[in-house]
Amino acid sequence: MSYGPRPWIQLHWDARAALNFILGGTGSGFILFAAFVPLSPHQSQAALLIGLALVAAGLTAVWIETGRKLRAVHVFFNPMTSWMTRESFVALALFASGTATLWTGAPQLAVLTAAIAVGFIYCQGRILRASKGIPAWREPTITWLIFWTAVAEGAGLFLIFSALAGVPVPTPVGGGLVLAVVARGVAWSAYRRRVEADLVPKARTALELAGKQLYQLGAIVPLALLVTGGALSSFATGAAVLAGIAALGAGWRFKFVLVMRAAYNQGFALPHVPVRGGRK
Amino acid sequence: MTRWVMIADLRRCVGCQTCTAACKHTNATPPEVQWRRVLDMEVGEYPAVKRVFVPVGCMHCADPPCMHVCPSTATRRRADGIVTIDYDLCIGCGYCAVACPYQARYKTDKASFAYGDTPMENEAAMFDPKRLGVATKCTFCSDRVDAGLARGLKPGVDPEATPACVNSCIAGALHFGDKEDPQSNVSKLLDENEHFRMHEELGTDPGFYYLWDKTVKEGYERGGGGK
Repeated sequence: MSYGPRPWIQLHWDARAALNFILGGTGSGFILFAAFVPLSPHQSQAALLIGLALVAAGLTAVWIETGRKLRAVHVFFNPMTSWMTRESFVALALFASGTATLWTGAPQLAVLTAAIAVGFIYCQGRILRASKGIPAWREPTITWLIFWTAVAEGAGLFLIFSALAGVPVPTPVGGGLVLAVVARGVAWSAYRRRVEADLVPKARTALELAGKQLYQLGAIVPLALLVTGGALSSFATGAAVLAGIAALGAGWRFKFVLVMRAAYNQGFALPHVPVRGGRK
Repeated sequence: MTRWVMIADLRRCVGCQTCTAACKHTNATPPEVQWRRVLDMEVGEYPAVKRVFVPVGCMHCADPPCMHVCPSTATRRRADGIVTIDYDLCIGCGYCAVACPYQARYKTDKASFAYGDTPMENEAAMFDPKRLGVATKCTFCSDRVDAGLARGLKPGVDPEATPACVNSCIAGALHFGDKEDPQSNVSKLLDENEHFRMHEELGTDPGFYYLWDKTVKEGYERGGGGK
């Protein structure tokens, strides 16, 4: 055992970076559902605008965190190896395609925008995975955990949006939420199994609690509410909204914990102890 | 080819932090920044506990994760193995800092000095506003190395071409040299001693070696007398 400076929580990325993962993931997931759910043209436009605004807000939050804000364009300089650069390019494509979709209303463009949104989520997962200094992030399965969390958040937000827009819960969204929360639970389970041994106790405790909430608040509660809403038609809208809030809230909390509470660094370790003293 | 590497002999380091002070003086880093620092570690279980002093900093990896993640290409790796940061390109996103497994990178947004608002002479002379809001780290004193080479000096042997921390080490624990040169000081040390690198399992191929024992020769046992 070595006792030197123990691993400490990274301070380079704060809540602003967490917001990029939270809002960017939710916005992208929301855009995905907006492309495939039949809505009126007005509602489709509103949905796409909300999704793009969330992604933009996330990117703005992380831009505020940078030390040299006026050099933001430099973020595009390393597409060969940097997932942050790739995320930026995908974001550009997302806004271009989203704007074209809003302008023309063409369903094919909406599908293209959704595909780009999926790419954006994937980039976010890879950004964390490439962070070799943080054991909780560099685990490869983090990519799928981030991906399914974003899809579940998007579905959750879409349930809320549907209720506010006065649209009955669209079947694809209900089905998408079921699929996403189950997949998110499976991804969390795989991630947890692989990362557990590498984490310091504080990081493990923080993630355990947030992960438990992914199961309970983020999966069991929404599924139970959807079933209840299906059985009691008078409660259907309320159940859908609550299910959406639960799926969304659990995902947001998990990402916040992942960036702010579980991001302990590697620390230092000595595989060998110096052998001091003379020899005969 | 050349690959500049640094060696810390853990048997010799006494934890005096002179290397830390020399680095801070040479590079005029702010109070909260230590490009070269020495960890004070306790190793083992009672009653067999040892105290070990471990110099750390940028490991100048051959496969540096900080360079791969850098979105602006500010972080690069020179042909001689030294990992550099272009302060004019860096956007201060901090991605390199979370990618580095050695906690070697710093970012300071405001100027600060050792004694309040008034900089010391060396701090005033060395103050570089380009370093604000961007990532910084140990440079292996690349300016000294380059200037020395231009004058025909040998880094690691001639002090004027050698990193400040190595020059200052009172115990002869720190060494610098070209690992690709089989006759270099560092190649000989690595040949004659058992060594390891920090977190080698991560595959970053660090350019910072730690010596912990003599290489076992026939007829001897590690850590004690001969047979």
